[in-house]
Amino acid sequence: MLAYIARRILASIPVMIVVALFVFLLLRLTPGDPAAIIAGDMATPAQLDQIRQSLGLNEPLVTQFVTWSGQLLSGDFGRSLISKTPVLRLIGQRLEPTLSLAIVTMLITLLLSIPMGVLAAWRHGSLTDSAVMAISVLGFSIPVFVTGYIFIQIFAIDLRIFPVQGFKSIGEGFWPFFSRIFLPALTLATIYIALIARMTRAAMLDVLGEDYVRTARAKGLSERVVLFRHALRNAAVPILTVVGTGFALMISGVVVTESVFNIPGLGRLTVDAILARDYPVIQALILLTSGIYVVINLLIDISYAFMDPRIRY
Amino acid sequence: MSFLANAAAFRPSRLVRSALLASVVALSGFAAAPVDAQEIRAVMHSGIRVLDPVITTAHITRNHGYMIYDTLLGMDENLKPQPQMASWEVSDDGLTYTFTLRDGLKWHDGAPVTSADAVASLKRWGERDGGAQMMFKSVESLEPKDDKTFVLKLKEPFSYVLELMAKPSGLPTFIMPERVAKTPAGESITDYTGSGPFKFVEAEFEPGVRAVYEKNEDYVPRDEPPSWTAGGKVVNVDRVTWVVMPDIQTAVNAINGGEIDFLEQTPIDLLPLLQANPDLTVEVLSPLGYQTMARLNWLNPPFDDVKIRQAAMTALGQEPILAALVGNPEYMKSCGSMYGCGTPFATDAGSEPIMSGPQPEKAKAMLEEAGYDGTPIVLMQPTDVPSIAPQPVVGAQLLRQAGFSVDMQPMDWQTLVTRRASQAPVKDGGWNMFFTNWIIPEVWSPINNPMLNGGGKEAAWFGWPDDPELDEMRTKFAQASDDETRKEIAADIQAHAFEVVNYIPVGEYTIPSTSRKSLSGMLKMPVPVFWNVEKAAD
Repeated sequence: MLAYIARRILASIPVMIVVALFVFLLLRLTPGDPAAIIAGDMATPAQLDQIRQSLGLNEPLVTQFVTWSGQLLSGDFGRSLISKTPVLRLIGQRLEPTLSLAIVTMLITLLLSIPMGVLAAWRHGSLTDSAVMAISVLGFSIPVFVTGYIFIQIFAIDLRIFPVQGFKSIGEGFWPFFSRIFLPALTLATIYIALIARMTRAAMLDVLGEDYVRTARAKGLSERVVLFRHALRNAAVPILTVVGTGFALMISGVVVTESVFNIPGLGRLTVDAILARDYPVIQALILLTSGIYVVINLLIDISYAFMDPRIRY
Repeated sequence: MSFLANAAAFRPSRLVRSALLASVVALSGFAAAPVDAQEIRAVMHSGIRVLDPVITTAHITRNHGYMIYDTLLGMDENLKPQPQMASWEVSDDGLTYTFTLRDGLKWHDGAPVTSADAVASLKRWGERDGGAQMMFKSVESLEPKDDKTFVLKLKEPFSYVLELMAKPSGLPTFIMPERVAKTPAGESITDYTGSGPFKFVEAEFEPGVRAVYEKNEDYVPRDEPPSWTAGGKVVNVDRVTWVVMPDIQTAVNAINGGEIDFLEQTPIDLLPLLQANPDLTVEVLSPLGYQTMARLNWLNPPFDDVKIRQAAMTALGQEPILAALVGNPEYMKSCGSMYGCGTPFATDAGSEPIMSGPQPEKAKAMLEEAGYDGTPIVLMQPTDVPSIAPQPVVGAQLLRQAGFSVDMQPMDWQTLVTRRASQAPVKDGGWNMFFTNWIIPEVWSPINNPMLNGGGKEAAWFGWPDDPELDEMRTKFAQASDDETRKEIAADIQAHAFEVVNYIPVGEYTIPSTSRKSLSGMLKMPVPVFWNVEKAAD
């Protein structure tokens, strides 16, 4: 197993190098000039050139890439071209809101979707099954900003249970944190609940027809044990894959939810950086996202071995 | 089932009931999130990212400048320069200005403000500001005399010195410590020490999320009552936090729910949601408002031909564009003045073609006479800027009705600002036309107005009119010694600018602000400032 993990980590290095090169070139070939963004509306061509010079953007691309790579190798992601804030500080500021949103969303999702999927499969063809499928279709079909605004109207404006917007660190107390993260997490969870409930149902339906499930029932095991210990564990591999990639997707940014609830997460940072052509920030964010995908995929693959003893590395 | 049965049977003791009640009250208190009575939470028109108010003309950075820096002079509501950090004397020949810093000026680190700081700041400003660049061509020397006094000597008359130094927008004369002001003008500063009424809390700054300012306890305001950027800047709150909310509906919900105190710009179509709330005040704080405009590129065909530019102006009209952009007559008006209506130099000189528009038939005839060959006009449309996006759509249709071939190209604003800097032919990434807008103080005189510069490819603003006659007239304006002469020259400049179609003003509009009733004392002026504001319990 350790050898497998080491191999996977080594294999990710060339992936990251290709990503870095690709992102660097793509950004430089996309129209946009950070100097024009910094200078504002009144700048003359000479003033723009002066700013470009001071940012090092007039250097040949190869020189710029070598400088950036050198910085990266020494652990320096540089500074934002626009605000001059260190890139790592910017990302650090946004990491907690994003991680909080992703974790709470996933908790709500797992708490609701797995039982829903298991129930639907267990009562296949019944009214319960149809209800779960209907909820899934609904959750998947309504755009997240619509769900968000509906929740805000009901829970924040009409009932005044939660604030309309914002984020507070968990360090400032549980309720300030939870009251602000719950609605966005619930909003985002509607999509993942729909997805994972359907996935669980499909995987469970496959497994429930297997001989070993019939054998388990014939042995007189309770339905709870049959469903959760025998069937669900065997159905877990595809569910875990979706949970893992969904989690990675949330960490790399969920812009609409972050905007509707004013959560200062990585998604908003990414969009802002792209709109401002803030090259060092975009480059660092994409490298970070790629790294997260590599790690989460690795964790998913490792978890397969724990869920399904037939899988060995 | 058993859990539900148990729950239904549960009868809390008085102590437990009290504890539950206390928890609910406490929790609901968190939910309502009452802010500290001495903190103003404001959603400004955009998030601040660039912190150097000299390198950029972005309005949000200018607003930040007014928080933490002081200006040498202020401008009052009668549009007259007034002393702020410094008073002045002018020699009889009008060539020597002696400025004296007032007592009590201190940097946020406690050091005294000196004339060397003011001189270094003015020199950096002179490298960035268009009007100041023009002024410095007439400057012989600018030197400190002693710690509190400095002298500006002109080699030739330039009578607009005080108005330029007092201007409230564009690049105001924010004064920085000499060590900071010596930063090259093309490089952003990284030391945010000011001497203004608020201090910038750098540790709490999150670009794109929030900026925090705390009261500068050492600030000594002037004794006069506040009037625009002149007079006493008395701070009545401990902190001001600018919260960034990218979604305007969220901001509207937040101010309705009392989570923020001030919303700088309220979209017209969301006004009913706010006007119905008795706890809110919706009002226009900057009655002068904005001028919106179209700029044509003089370098590329077909707008290198003045007759075709004139046909384009005749084809356009202010009302259809304003109707699409604003829609509510209360917040828009046609205006034939390039200097903005209601300003000292406002005039209708030469504005007949745009004020009578749209006149498609007349424009068609003009195009025919000019021999227009059907060259498509590349019109850039920034889809992500609501205050501009509808204008090119209407403009394109009006131009098409007059017989122009229009290639409207949607793009994001950052692509537009990059592309408009290109002086290349259209086939190599150039352009023909775009729309943008300004606040009126940025265009209210021939010196301030960035478009009224005939310096061609080297010095003019995007579109690059090569118009020496215009520049000669501007020089005369700057040298005029009395207001009447200035007004006459300003009218001549405008008539000329309309004749050659330097740019096309397509109307004016205002944007209402919304504040909680608990805020009082917001000043009505072109720049949102937070001195003089008081906050009562909500």
